[in-house]
Formats: sequence, C-alpha cells, structure tokens
Amino acid sequence: MIKYLAVIVSVVGLGMIFLPIVTGFHEAEQLSPLAAQYVEGSINDLETQNVVTSVIVTYRGLDTLGEVTVLFLATVGVGLLLKGTQEDRLLMPFSELLETTSSVLVAMIMVLGIYIFSHGHLTPGGGFQGGVVIASGFLLLLLASSGTKINHLVLNLVESVSGAAYVGIGAAGLVLAVGFLSPEILPLGDFGRLLSAGAIPVIYSLIGLKVGSELTSILVTMGGE
Amino acid sequence: MISISMLSLILGIALLITGIFAMLTRKNLIRIVIGFSIADTGTHIIIVSLGYLRGRTAPIIDRAVNAADAVQKVVDPIPSALVLTAIVIGLAVTAVMLSFVVEMYRKNRSLSIDDYQELKW
Repeated sequence: MIKYLAVIVSVVGLGMIFLPIVTGFHEAEQLSPLAAQYVEGSINDLETQNVVTSVIVTYRGLDTLGEVTVLFLATVGVGLLLKGTQEDRLLMPFSELLETTSSVLVAMIMVLGIYIFSHGHLTPGGGFQGGVVIASGFLLLLLASSGTKINHLVLNLVESVSGAAYVGIGAAGLVLAVGFLSPEILPLGDFGRLLSAGAIPVIYSLIGLKVGSELTSILVTMGGE
Repeated sequence: MISISMLSLILGIALLITGIFAMLTRKNLIRIVIGFSIADTGTHIIIVSLGYLRGRTAPIIDRAVNAADAVQKVVDPIPSALVLTAIVIGLAVTAVMLSFVVEMYRKNRSLSIDDYQELKW
C-alpha cells in the first residue's frame, strides 16, 4: 500500500513537471531559423524533395550513422543473449493455401520495401521504413512457411557490406566534397528525379539494406530457428 | 478552442505518464517492457506536436508546395527527423529488453519481478 502511494506521488510529481510545458505552450507561427535554413538548403543546395530525408541523411548524417550503429549493437545483443537456446516446439503443419499465398506476397512486399527506400528522397519513406517493410516480408516467410531457412551468411554479408559502404561514402565526402557524409560526391541532378540529390538515395538504399538485414536477423534469432 | 497540437501534446504526456506508471506498478516483466513502449510512444507524440504549425503540410516539396515559398508552407522537419531516429532506437532497445526477459525466464522460470531480488537494496 505504501508502495502504491509512493508511486502515485511520484507520478503526480511527474505530471506537475510537465504542467508548465502544457500551460506555457503556444503554437509557433513561423519555422525556427534553423528549420528554415534546412528547408531552403534542401531545395537549393541538395536538390532533395523530402526535407526530412535531407535532414536525416545529410544535415544530421552523423546522428544517423550513430543510430545505425545502435541498431547493429542491438542486433548483436539479441544474438548474444538468445544464442544457442533452441527449444523444441510443436509446429503445426501449415495449410497449402497459406504457404502459396505467402510466397506470392513476399515478392510484392520486397518490391514495396525496395521502392520505399530507393524513393526516400522524393516521397515519404526512406531507408528505415523500407528496411522494416523488407523485414516484415521475411517475418511473413518465417511465420507462414514451414521449414523456411534464412541464410545467415548472406544476411551478415549484406549487413556488413552495406554498413561499410555507408561509412566509405561518408569518408569519400571528405576527399571529393565539402565534408563527411556530404552528398555532393555524385552529381546533384534535376530536382524531383529518381537520380537526383547526389549520394542521398545511395546512402538511404544502403541504410535500407542494412536495417532490413539487421531486423531480419533479429527476427530469425528471436524465432529460435 | 483547443488546438490539435495542444491536444496531441496532452495526449503524449498522458501516454508518457501511463507508461511510467505501468513500469512502476506492474509485476510481469513483459508488461514492464510494454510500459516502456507506451512511454516511448508518448515522447514521440510530444516531440512531433512541438514541431507542428497550424495549416501547414508535410515538409516534402512537390506540386502542393512550391519551392519558392516552401518556408511558409511546411511544418518543422527537425522533430520528424528526430522522431524517426527515436522510433528506431526504441525498437532496438525493446528488442534487447525482450531478449533479456526471455533469457531471465529461461534461467529462473519466472516472469514476476518479485522473483528477482538480486538487484534490490
């Protein structure tokens, strides 16, 4: 009882901390100078339609590199924790209908994922979203088809090659353009075309492959293949 | 008249507090992880609501938004980018936490936090 009281007191206290945020909140009328700079830079300097993408891949590119590293560490952590703990489980035989439909659907899901990460600089979407869609395709495969074996070697290869290429493109920016992760190492192209925005679609596609393979390996490990 | 961003700010704070309450009171380890997830979602909604500007659209320059007056037409892109990062990190952290739960269950065959007294003072 005492414990519940302490919890309630601390939760109410937390609410009091947030109260000034709510009472002092007023909707901004203008973009902050930094945000306006990003929007204009995305249009004029980077030729990128999706401003969020240019913030993630270029202006805050180093954060994204760190984020990808965190995701990689999480994959390693999950693999390490759940390593070699296979348990026998009762597997029901899947119906033929389910298996056939899922094998047709998986191809479409993969194409959608590739579309989402390769068009990240033009439309809503990008590497992380596309990677998650690809991983969900593999999840369908794992859940709906009996005896799905996912090749760990290929997963690890895709994951490490795309990660290394991401850092390599970033480093190339130091030599060929203005700085680390600068997209101007490739021609910027015309605004709104698929092959535009310099290295941004390349980097986001690499992120998509990396995220997709990492999440798939998390799913495979958690599934206790 | 309460604005949409104010409403989502309040909703986000409510979710955050609910999640923390769940983390503090639940006994089941998986429910604690769910509480973390709820609190995580609450922070995302708070960040997004702080970047909203009334009557504006997503920061994607296409037919709906001219490149010339884009600064007057779009919402703040920075919170969206930050939340995208936060969602991915939250996913990674949740996956690691759930693996810990699985491992703890394998060791002690219990999901109740009361059975794990080692870290209690």
